[in-house]
Amino acid sequence: MNETETMKEKEMVDAQAGPADPIMDPPASPSATATVDAKAKRIDAEDLNIYYGDFLAVKDCSVNIHPNKVTALIGSSGCGKSTFLRSLNRMHELIDGARVEGKVLLDGTDIYARNMDPVLVRQQIGMVFQQPNPFPTMSIYENTAAGLRLNRKKTKKTELDGIVERSLTGAHLWDEVKDRLDKPAGGLSGGQQQRLCIARATAIEPEVLLMDEPCSALDPIATLAIEDLINELKKRFTIVIVTHNMQQAARASDYTGFFNIEKSGDPGVLVEIDETEKIFSNPRLKETEDYVSGRFG
Amino acid sequence: MGGNVATVPMGEGSGALPPRANLICFGASAAASAAVSFALGLSPFVWLVVTGAFTLASISIWSMMVEGRRRALDRVATIVIAEIFVLALVPLLSLVYTVVNEGLARFDSEFLTTSMRNVLGDGGGALHAALGTFIITAIATAAAVPVGILAAIYLVEYGKGRLKRAITFFVDVMMGIPSIVAGLFAYALFEIFFGPGIRLGVMGSVALMVLMIPIVIRATEEMLQVVPNALREASFALGVPKWLTILRVVLPTALAGIVTGVMLAIARVIGETAPLLVTTGSIDSVNLDPFNGRMANLPVFVYEQYKFPGVPPEAYIERAWAGALLLILIVMVLFLAARLIARRYGVEIRR
Ligand SMILES: Nc1ncnc2c1ncn2[C@@H]1O[C@H](COP(=O)(O)OP(=O)(O)OP(=O)(O)O)[C@@H](O)[C@H]1O
Ligand SMILES: [Mg+2]
Repeated sequence: MNETETMKEKEMVDAQAGPADPIMDPPASPSATATVDAKAKRIDAEDLNIYYGDFLAVKDCSVNIHPNKVTALIGSSGCGKSTFLRSLNRMHELIDGARVEGKVLLDGTDIYARNMDPVLVRQQIGMVFQQPNPFPTMSIYENTAAGLRLNRKKTKKTELDGIVERSLTGAHLWDEVKDRLDKPAGGLSGGQQQRLCIARATAIEPEVLLMDEPCSALDPIATLAIEDLINELKKRFTIVIVTHNMQQAARASDYTGFFNIEKSGDPGVLVEIDETEKIFSNPRLKETEDYVSGRFG
Repeated sequence: MGGNVATVPMGEGSGALPPRANLICFGASAAASAAVSFALGLSPFVWLVVTGAFTLASISIWSMMVEGRRRALDRVATIVIAEIFVLALVPLLSLVYTVVNEGLARFDSEFLTTSMRNVLGDGGGALHAALGTFIITAIATAAAVPVGILAAIYLVEYGKGRLKRAITFFVDVMMGIPSIVAGLFAYALFEIFFGPGIRLGVMGSVALMVLMIPIVIRATEEMLQVVPNALREASFALGVPKWLTILRVVLPTALAGIVTGVMLAIARVIGETAPLLVTTGSIDSVNLDPFNGRMANLPVFVYEQYKFPGVPPEAYIERAWAGALLLILIVMVLFLAARLIARRYGVEIRR
């Protein structure tokens, strides 16, 4: 406890020092954390307003995302789940004219602070997308190691081999690909590609893993495999997952947040967030109950 | 047709033509029209046209009778497209045939190993011109490719608003510059420093560079645009900075297309004559220094040999054709290299 306190303080001090410092450098040796169940970081969003140009897509969103837990976000299409998720690791601002107002605290450090480098934020908060997107020019091995390789992190070959094997094993993909690591990643099936993307995201040992409908392109068996995987990954990471699948939210998550939208054109609002059990058995709001029981609209 | 129709409810016709029906019809038509043309003493051109018409007629009637209307239409469309394709190839084939035919007469080792130094009449070669073309084009490429690729990266990855629109507009304008204007520009530029009448190899490079840059920009821009955004996002989400993402994800993915674009640009300018006439001048001996004196090159060599023949004129005309053949061969080698590179490094881009 005491140790984490001092670490946090150090980071805050570093954050003031300027973006050049590796403020939020992942733990020095990834191998150290891989075996131990490390405590990941928490995220607290405060009064987030997320815009596309003049269009307010998500309004007044405040939420606490607990470390080493799975938080599921549900809600109808177009209500701003992806938008909210992408604002948590500063991917949102990559879209022309898109901006975010408010604060997102990663263990108390505002990732939208003036001197915060978005690149360092993204090294801490990884993301898995709806469509698997492995790099087509790279082999399976290179894809898994991409986070380290592309950033020109000096890693010994043996160490890199270890990270690749561990990440692929963690993503339940190792056995299927261990004989063809040097083959292009494009030759994998969709489900395998998605697990490769998860391995790629976990290989850089982020603190938080954001997943935007990671199973929407997968069959039920692959979906279950990924849910199992999520269950294991939460020992090491804080996980936020967007899903349209109620059973998935109920099965795989500890907390569930429900986004709703009054009518189209209005901003999306996070109307209720609570423990998953509560949301699915006894939610506070009628609209949440209607949605999770399929009586929406 | 008759009886079988009931058992095959999907089509009007019941039967099927043999697998190579189109080819069979073509062969038969070619033979038939050859006989007719030969009997009437008609030219090969007429023979070609008659073959086309015969093929079309025979396949449509045959297929109509056996397979029914739908299949017959499909076959007619196939044949028409094939024939139009052949028609489009006619000028190209005729050109290659003429150049090879006329050029081979002097395409010998002497032509490839000697210059025109002290040559009057027969003999001589285009070594000086070939070397000049290599040097001039290489310098132009070395200057235009980085500028073009960087400009395209700016336009696709960074540019927004006014500046981007302005650059796009000026690239369009540059694209439309007549090549002689590019040559005059290079001349005027160097004249400022070296006085009137200046002729240098590097001036030709500058002129070609002006012509190459917009082509390289356009080709690279197009290739960068088809790199899926999902790849950039995947890289950003791994905490890779933008410039590294461009360098190590976007460019490698687009590499094959960019290389092809650069080769096309080279091929496009390597045969430019007008801008080189006013910048490099012409000379009979080898000059390897682009910064000193006139420099021969293949297009100007061909032009001068053809335009100002001495005695005997055939020697000059033959050298002109051989020079043209050499130029075509160089371009073809470039294209083959581009194809190979594209295949070697090519990746399939999924949208
Ligand atoms: N690039 C964009 N530019 C402008 N508006 C956008 C953009 N992306 C999304 N939006 C708008 O923002 C709102 C929220 O979109 P978002 O993608 O976050 O919804 P979502 O909840 O993820 O939906 P789904 O469940 O279908 O994925 C929608 O009204 C959408 O039209
Ligand atoms: Mg979405």
